[in-house]
Amino acid sequence: MAKHHISTTINGEPVEFLCSTEQTMLDVLRDELHLTGTKEGCATGDCGACSITVDDRLVCSCLMLGVEADGHAIETIEGMADGDKLHPLQQKFLEYAALQCGICTPGFLVASKALLEHNPDPTEEEARYWLAGNLCRCTGYDKIIRAVLDTAADMRGAS
Amino acid sequence: MAPDGTTGLKVVGTRPIRPDGVDKVTGRAQFGADFQLPGQLVGKVLRSPHAHARIRSIDISKAEAIPGVKAVMTAADMPDIPSEEAFVGEGPANFRDMSGNTMARDKVLYDGHAVAAVAATGAAAADAALAAIEVDYEVLPHVIEVEDAMVEGAPVLHDDMFTSGVDPKPTTPSNVAKRMVFELGDVDAAFEKADIVIERKYKTAPVHQGYIEPHACVAQYAADGQVQIYCSSQGQFMVRAYVAKLLGIDISEIRVTPLEIGGGFGGKTLVYLEPLAVVLSRKSGRPVKMTMTREEVFRGSGPTSGGTVWVKIGAKRDGTIVAGDAVLKFQAGAYAGSPVGPGCMTAFAVYDLQDVRITGYDVVTNRPKVAAYRAPGAPISNFGVESAVDELARELDMDPVELRLMNAAKKGTKAAYGPTFGDIGCVETLEAVKDHPNYKVPLGPNQGRGVASGFWFNIGGESSATVNINEDGTAVVATGNPDIGGSRASMAMMAAEVLGIDVERVRPIVADTSSVGYCFLTGGSRVTFATGMAVVEASKAVVNELKARAAKTWDIPVEAVEWQDGQAVPAGSNAGDFEPLSLEDIAARSGRTGGPIASTSSLNAQGAGPGFGTHLVDVEVDRETGHVKVLRYLATQDAGRAIHPSYVEGQIQGGAVQGIGWALNEEYIYDEQGRLENPGFLDYRIPVASDLPMIDTVVVEVPNPRHPYGARGVGEVPIVPPMAAMANAIQDAIGIRMTELPMSPPKVRKAVDEQAAAEE
Repeated sequence: MAKHHISTTINGEPVEFLCSTEQTMLDVLRDELHLTGTKEGCATGDCGACSITVDDRLVCSCLMLGVEADGHAIETIEGMADGDKLHPLQQKFLEYAALQCGICTPGFLVASKALLEHNPDPTEEEARYWLAGNLCRCTGYDKIIRAVLDTAADMRGAS
Repeated sequence: MAPDGTTGLKVVGTRPIRPDGVDKVTGRAQFGADFQLPGQLVGKVLRSPHAHARIRSIDISKAEAIPGVKAVMTAADMPDIPSEEAFVGEGPANFRDMSGNTMARDKVLYDGHAVAAVAATGAAAADAALAAIEVDYEVLPHVIEVEDAMVEGAPVLHDDMFTSGVDPKPTTPSNVAKRMVFELGDVDAAFEKADIVIERKYKTAPVHQGYIEPHACVAQYAADGQVQIYCSSQGQFMVRAYVAKLLGIDISEIRVTPLEIGGGFGGKTLVYLEPLAVVLSRKSGRPVKMTMTREEVFRGSGPTSGGTVWVKIGAKRDGTIVAGDAVLKFQAGAYAGSPVGPGCMTAFAVYDLQDVRITGYDVVTNRPKVAAYRAPGAPISNFGVESAVDELARELDMDPVELRLMNAAKKGTKAAYGPTFGDIGCVETLEAVKDHPNYKVPLGPNQGRGVASGFWFNIGGESSATVNINEDGTAVVATGNPDIGGSRASMAMMAAEVLGIDVERVRPIVADTSSVGYCFLTGGSRVTFATGMAVVEASKAVVNELKARAAKTWDIPVEAVEWQDGQAVPAGSNAGDFEPLSLEDIAARSGRTGGPIASTSSLNAQGAGPGFGTHLVDVEVDRETGHVKVLRYLATQDAGRAIHPSYVEGQIQGGAVQGIGWALNEEYIYDEQGRLENPGFLDYRIPVASDLPMIDTVVVEVPNPRHPYGARGVGEVPIVPPMAAMANAIQDAIGIRMTELPMSPPKVRKAVDEQAAAEE
C-alpha cells in the first residue's frame, strides 16, 4: 500500500515524512526521523518511555499512529534544551542524580515538563500520580520526585 | 591522601554531575536499540507456544521464499557444542545449555523458547517469514512449580540429568540437578539447647529484573570472518566470550562495542540475541539488527528463581539464637543453574551462629532459564530466615532490632559458607535504624512496622583501566565495564583524586573489547571496587611518571619530587628551589621529556568487603481490599566509603523498591498449558511512583581496608531485606503472618477472611 505523506511540526520545525498506515508515531520518530531519544520500553502504553507531547498534550507515542501527527505540533526530548542550555528539569535531574541507567529519563522529563505546564505547584502526591505512567526500575523514584518538585519551586520563583 | 585513604579527600565523597549526564537528559545517549548500520536487516525470533514439546521437524522453505527474506536459521546453523561448565556472572552455567537456551535443539522447554530466527529487509517481511515457518511439535507433559517438579513421576525435562551431590548418585534421571549442604558445628545437638524453636515454610514467586530497555543488538559478519557486535549488555567481554564459544569463532575475530545499557540488574549477564544476529548476518551477508519486544523479554529472558524456604531457628529465652537450619528448593527454569548456592551461603550470614546448616536443591522446570538478579538467591532465603527471626522476636516479646543486635554478625564471626568476617558494618546498620526518627513514629490502626537485615558478599575480579594524559593536561580514563548506574562518575572521581585535578578534567569512557584490557562483567557489585582499583593503580603509575618528568626537567632525583594537588613540587628545601610544575605544564612538554604519558593497570581484585543493610518499613493494610500501602521506608547500609554518595543512595533506593515490588505484586502467572499469561507491564506490575513514599537512606561507612578509598560494593544488598521487612510489617499491622510472595491484594484479603473465619 502506498505510504502516507504527513506534514507536521516537530520541536518547532516543519517536518514532512512518509509512513505506512500501521506505523506508530514512535516508529516514525525512531526509524524514519532518527529521533531516537524517544524510547521503546513496551510498545503497549504501560511504561511511558516513549512520552511526547502533541499540541501540549502528553501522550505515549507508541499508542499513536504516525498519520495522526498530520497538522499537529509534536515535542520530543530532543527539543527540550534550548541549544546548549538545558531546561531546568534537565539540569535538576543531573544535580539530583535522578537517573541511573537513563533509559526512562527522556520520558520522565517530557512528562514532568507537561506536569509543570499543567500544574506549576504540584504536591508530592500530585507529582507521583502524574508520573505513575512512567516506569523507572533503577531509582525507586525518590530522586526523580525531588528533582521535579525542586524544579517547580525554582521555576515559580523565577517567574 | 591520608594514610588510611579515607580522610583528607578532595573528590571522593563529593557529588559532581555525572560525565555522561547531559547525553542522557537530552536523548543523545545511544542505547541498544538506537544504533544502526547502513543496509541492516530486521531480525526476529520465532518462539515456542508450548511449555514442553519435542521438535519433530522444522520446515523453513516457505519462509525463505518470501520476498525480502534474506536468511532463516535454526539450531542446525549453530554448532552442537559439548557440555562445558562456565562461570556466568554470578552463578554457574553450562555452555551447552546456554546454546540450547538461545535456540532450542531437540525440545522446547518453555513457552517463549526460541526455535528459529529470520532476517528480512523490513519488519513486515520478517513477521511473514515467522508465520511461514512450520514447526511440527509433539507436545509433552510439563511442570511449572518447583515442588511438583521434584516428585516422582513428574515430567522430566532432561533425560541426562542425574542429581549431583547425593550419595549414591541416582541411576534414574530427575529434575533435581544438584543438592548441596553448607554446615557449621553440630546443628542437631544445638537445637537440644534451645528454649524456643520456630519452624515454618515460606514460598517466593519468580520475578523478572524488569529493566526498561529490552535486549537489542546489531551484528555484522564480514567476508573475512571478522565479527562486529554493537549491543547493550552487562559486559562487552562477556558477549565476546559467549558468542565465540557458542558459534565456535576465535575471540580475536570478534569485536564488541558496548552501547548504553538501559538497566540490567543481572538480567543482561547473558547472551540471547547476539549469536542469532551473527548467524543471520553470516547467512545474509548484511548487518542484522535484533530487538526484543517487551513480551519477548518476559517470555524469553531470565527472571530469578522462585522457591520454597523451610526454616528452623532455635533460641535461648534471653534471645540468643543457638541454631539455624534451612532447606531451599529453587527452580532454575529450563536448564540447571539457579542461584541456590548463594541463597544457601547468605541465608544466615547476618547472624553470628556456631551451629548452622543449609541444604539447597537446584531444580529445573518448564519456565525460562533464570538469570542473575541483584544479589542472586539471597532475597529468597532471606525472606524465610528474616520472617522466622521476626516470629522469634514475637515469641520472646523482644524488639526485633534488639534481637538482631544481640545476634548480629561482627568482626570474627565465622560464616556458614566458610570465611571469617573482617571489618563489617552489620551492627552499625542496625544502630542506624535505632537512631533514625522513623523507628519511633507512632502507628495508627491497621498500621505496622517491620524490620529485616540482609547480606551480600560483593565480588572483585578481573579488571583493566587505561589512563591517558592529553597534551593539555586533561585525562581520559578507559575501562571495559558498561556504566549501568553512574560508574563513569566514580571512575572519573577516583582518577581525579589520585591525579589531584578537578573531576571535570577527567573524561571516562567505556571502551570496546579491542580498545581496553579485559574486564569481567558489570555485576556482583564489583565495578566501583575492582575496576575502580585498576583506575587508582593506573592513575598512581601516571603520577609516578609525572614526577619522573618533573625530576628530569629539574635535573634532580625522582625521589626528590612530590605530587601535591595536581602539581609536582620539590620534596623539601634539600631538593632544590623550583617553581611547581602543574599537570598541564608537564603534559605540554611531554614530547621533550620522553613522549606521551599514559598507564594501564590490569588486576584481579581481591578483598571485596562484604555488604550489610537493614531496612525498616511502616505499612498500612486495607482489610477490605487487601491492599498494602507503604507509609515510610528506611534503608541503612554499609557502603565502606561512598565514592559518589548520590549514586550510593540511588542504588539503595532502587534496590529497596525492586524488593517492594517483589514483596507486593510481581509474579509470573501461567495457564494450565504452561503459557505465561502476564508478559507485559500492565499485568506484571512493577512499582510506580504513586505506590511509594520517599525512600529514606542512611549510608554507614565502615571502610573496606582492601580498597584504596575504603569502598564496598553497594548495588546488591538493598534488594535482600525488603520482602521480609514488608511481611513483618504486615504481621505487625494485622496480626497475620504472610508466608507466600507476592503479598498481593487477593492474597492479603484471603488471609484477612481466613483470620475472621477462625475468630468466629
